[in-house]
Amino acid sequence: MSAFVNQLPIGLSIGAVLLLIALGLTFTFGQMGVINMAHGEFIMAGAYTAFLLQNFVLALPAAFLVAGVMGLILERAAIRHFYGRPLDTLLLTWGVSLVLQQLARDLFGAPNVQVPAPSWLSGGVGILPYNRLFIMALAIAGVVAVWLYLNRTGLGRRTQAVVQNRRLAATSGIDTGRVDMLTFFIGSGLAGVAGVALTLIGPVGPTLGTYYIVDAFLVVVAGGLGQLRGAVLAAIGLGLLNSYAEFWSDASLAKVIVFAVLIAFLQIRPQGLFALRSRVLT
Amino acid sequence: MIRMLRRNLPFATVAVIALVAAPLLLEPFRLGLLAKYLCYAIVALGIGLVWGKGGMLTLGQGVFFGLGGYSMAMYLKLTEAGGGLPDFMVWSGVEHLPALWVPFANPVFALVMAVLGPMLIAVILGTLVFRQRVRGAYFAILTQALAAAMVILLVGQQGLTGGTNGMTNFFELFGQDLAEDSTQRLLYLAVAVVLGALYLATRQLVNSRYGRLLVAVRDGEDRVRFLGYDPALVKTVTFALSAGMAGLAGALFVPVVGIISPALLGVVPSLELVVAVAVGGRHVLAGAVLGAVVMGYAKTAFSEQFADGWLYLQGALFILVMTLAPKGVIGVMGRLRRARTT
Repeated sequence: MSAFVNQLPIGLSIGAVLLLIALGLTFTFGQMGVINMAHGEFIMAGAYTAFLLQNFVLALPAAFLVAGVMGLILERAAIRHFYGRPLDTLLLTWGVSLVLQQLARDLFGAPNVQVPAPSWLSGGVGILPYNRLFIMALAIAGVVAVWLYLNRTGLGRRTQAVVQNRRLAATSGIDTGRVDMLTFFIGSGLAGVAGVALTLIGPVGPTLGTYYIVDAFLVVVAGGLGQLRGAVLAAIGLGLLNSYAEFWSDASLAKVIVFAVLIAFLQIRPQGLFALRSRVLT
Repeated sequence: MIRMLRRNLPFATVAVIALVAAPLLLEPFRLGLLAKYLCYAIVALGIGLVWGKGGMLTLGQGVFFGLGGYSMAMYLKLTEAGGGLPDFMVWSGVEHLPALWVPFANPVFALVMAVLGPMLIAVILGTLVFRQRVRGAYFAILTQALAAAMVILLVGQQGLTGGTNGMTNFFELFGQDLAEDSTQRLLYLAVAVVLGALYLATRQLVNSRYGRLLVAVRDGEDRVRFLGYDPALVKTVTFALSAGMAGLAGALFVPVVGIISPALLGVVPSLELVVAVAVGGRHVLAGAVLGAVVMGYAKTAFSEQFADGWLYLQGALFILVMTLAPKGVIGVMGRLRRARTT
């Protein structure tokens, strides 16, 4: 029983990290139909920002900016020519991710580096270490901010309009190009924040992002495309499933179990937990 | 008759070069490398079928390649151990041969499993996924997750699979010494013949009614369904065929290269092959084969010169191909030819 309880904060904080990453993906993949394989490298960029600054609090906004600007450049330079060709974008952005990984290796060296955690995050209450609590709080704050942005600001509503019907939105006078830019900026920035959070629970290396990106995409698949509440539930679910599968079987079987559960889940809800209803045919 | 000859002239030329000229002209080391690229070309041919013709982007072909490779490696390890335990099991403290390994002492079983095992997994996954109309990016992500899970599983089950190191140190195949140049030449010829035969068969398949149905599913799945066909079945069959090809390629790869390990079949190698197909030209089967050979050669040539540069070059190559020449090398060649005639 105690082991079961001990595993809970680990599962929840994995879920929180996945949620932070998947929040960004909900923007770029969910809302714009772009599979950005370089999203993992924006996480890595955020983590290295924290390493360079050596100041955790300052790193959060700085990483958001750094990763956001990288996303913005990627969107303007390449991705915008590929709208409507999601599979090509996937390969293109994978090329970008390869280059960014090698760049990180050349700039910071191949070995992992450590970011010292702030002293006020050491310790904890009972079985809940502060650093994992902080990650959960950060994820909650991220969800609230994204929800407010999408539903309470003019820009957010315009973003939703473009998602639901790009051409109609354009006809109504919305500058879809600018909305795309902003969406990509925010989505990538969130990846940067996730990267800073990851420095609390592990070392930072050039391939940091690749560990999380596959799972984060699974969150989007399980949660439903572009659905905030779906992403929240799926991230927590996958986080818990990951940690308990690792605990009850062994680490090598856990991913296979998670995969099998996901496939079984798709038999019941092929479009994920929540799906945008659409009558569009292929 | 003449038309048929002209149609097959490019294939015949390539076949003569591959079967006669290459073994005569290339030194054994280079011939071995070429055999390796041709193994990858078999996987690429499958990707050309499933992605180029069928529109299903699979990022997990490495899984099937690995299953084929491990089947073959298990057989090779068992013949070598001669009734005892394979070396890596002794190192990991395994005392009895695991039950999973026992049937692989039989070469026929190992070869059949190398092809049927991947096909079975593809049929199960394809049926579950395609029937629920999970497609496009979703399918790509799922196959990628499968590749990631497979690597972790292989690494974790050290006593069964050799862990991170995989399996290596193979000395003989069907009684032939693998270190001999003549064995390696025979292996090369076998790989080349298999690739050629699979290419012809796949081309025939694509030109058949089934092939037209497959392309129709790619371009308008719902419309095909309304016409009374079952797209899920067509897609599953195609996915299974490509998985079988990847498995066979893996089985050939192991004696040619002499190693199989998780690093050869994870997310990155799976994606690299897809990219090779994109570089060669995904819309044409020959483009897939060409892409695999060209990218394989480029990787060797570049890694020999500057190891770190390869990742930059590969990344840049992708970005260029996807933006400037989405139809790949074959597409560019076609455009050049048209420009000359008009």
